[in-house]
Amino acid sequence: MTEIKASMAGSVWKVVAQAGEQVASGDDIVILESMKMEIPIPAEAEGLVKELKVAEGDFVNEGDVIAIIE
Amino acid sequence: MNDTLQSMKEKVASGGLDKYHESNRSKGKMFVRERLQRLFDDDLNIEDAFFANCMDGSLPADGVITGIGKINGEQVCVMANDSTVKAGSWGARTVEKIIRIQETAMKLEIPMLYLVDSAGARITDQVEMFPNRRGAGRIFHNQIKLSGRVPQVCLLFGPSAAGGAYIPAFCDIVVMVDGNASMYLGSPRMAEKVIGEKVSLEEMGGAEMHCSISGCGDVLAADEEEAIHYARRYLSYFPTNFRTAPKRVETIDPASFEKSISDLIPTNQNAPFDMYQLIERIIDEQSFCEIKKKFAPEIITGLARMDGRTIGIIANQPRAKGGVLFPDSADKSAKFMQLCDAFNIPLLFLVDIPGFMIGTRVERAGIIRHGAKMLSAMSEATVPKISVIVRKAYGAGLYAMAGPAFEPDACIALPTAQIAVMGPEAAVNAVYANKIAALEEADRPAFIKEKQEEYKENIDLYRLASEMVIDDIVQPDHLRADLMNRFEAYQTKNVTFTDRKHGVYPV
Repeated sequence: MTEIKASMAGSVWKVVAQAGEQVASGDDIVILESMKMEIPIPAEAEGLVKELKVAEGDFVNEGDVIAIIE
Repeated sequence: MNDTLQSMKEKVASGGLDKYHESNRSKGKMFVRERLQRLFDDDLNIEDAFFANCMDGSLPADGVITGIGKINGEQVCVMANDSTVKAGSWGARTVEKIIRIQETAMKLEIPMLYLVDSAGARITDQVEMFPNRRGAGRIFHNQIKLSGRVPQVCLLFGPSAAGGAYIPAFCDIVVMVDGNASMYLGSPRMAEKVIGEKVSLEEMGGAEMHCSISGCGDVLAADEEEAIHYARRYLSYFPTNFRTAPKRVETIDPASFEKSISDLIPTNQNAPFDMYQLIERIIDEQSFCEIKKKFAPEIITGLARMDGRTIGIIANQPRAKGGVLFPDSADKSAKFMQLCDAFNIPLLFLVDIPGFMIGTRVERAGIIRHGAKMLSAMSEATVPKISVIVRKAYGAGLYAMAGPAFEPDACIALPTAQIAVMGPEAAVNAVYANKIAALEEADRPAFIKEKQEEYKENIDLYRLASEMVIDDIVQPDHLRADLMNRFEAYQTKNVTFTDRKHGVYPV
């Protein structure tokens, strides 16, 4: 099980992956918006997206868990 | 008599007891003499104090090998712990041997390599090796003195504990072998006893942690072979000392890519793109030797070659954290720029930066002083400096990346460049916040759009070129050729930053 964490503070602009979806390492899970930039948060390992912890519009702080991959 | 010498030599050269050799092998660790054979073109050519502590039959070479050999045809000094001898710990002669080889490196002005695999001081020998003038402290004093005079490289094959952890800390670069290398001041056992923390060695001081979180490690190697290969390659980019320039090698043009640089760069300033793809299109093929790849990935730092000449690249990476600068990225950049400047390696800045991070977390972490440190290092570097504005260069980001005020030899822009205090969205929000709030909801988008367009006109690239803020606007696909011309022309640059003892560094 891998926790995908926010690399920096920002708001969730787009949720790209869906729960139950198979993802490869490097695939974007969500895209944050911070400092007026799109910040892709990729999966660090391949696996099944078990849970998405955030919804579009949520504020996340650096280190907050965004998704869980199995 | 010759037989005595021969048998003595064989005994010393074989290191510690068999069981320690076996235990090392089972961890994927080579015997120290094998490491040295692989590190050097041939082998260690000169070894002094081979017989150190030979009257005590249990401490061959007193647990450290010191000498001189050739790497890429150039002489270098080395010290290498033998972890089969009392776990590579330091006794009085161990320390004296290390100090002597450092002094040799200082006199000969040749690189100094540290192959570290040591449990630390022999506490039983402390009076002879810890507090005195030529005790372990002198090793660090010498390292500090050597810093910037000759390249200092650390290959960490095992632990570097307590005081020993400062050997890597004072080197220009630290290569750590995954799984075996570690650095820590107090062991997990000590941490549990003294502060009550329960933690594994890997978590507290392992190679992966140091190369990605603390930044004490620069390169994570899968095994010893890879670490040694990296060190040989790394040194090929450097001169032997600060008085000389790196050797030039044959130029290898980059392979042709399906996507050109213009295809690569998105027109939407806010969309991410992968800076590595731009780097590989402008440097000599396969010449990128990255430093701190896993640490603060929002800034890319590494050595490369252009037209066969060594350059140092410092590039924002929009793919990671938007390319925004954080305290760690400022640290990473500052050390890299000092490294290049010390050894006459020109700097290339590839700029695509929204600015320094804002918010409570980074303010508490002291982003202002870390940013100031980065600016100091950049400003003080007197090697040729070229700043290429690839896309946005906003706010202090422009300054940190060798903007026009910091005397780069050139600040050139691609047609996609946008230079401003902040981006159009942020600027309009900042300037017209009250006005926007006073408008009817339905009227806001049109107003905002109009003001953003006005703002964009104000910061138009040709306007900046007309004001001579930038020195040139370059076709993306001519960038490599343009940079090669400039680096060739700037070779004779000879500048003293300013007259003083040294600055008071914001650290």
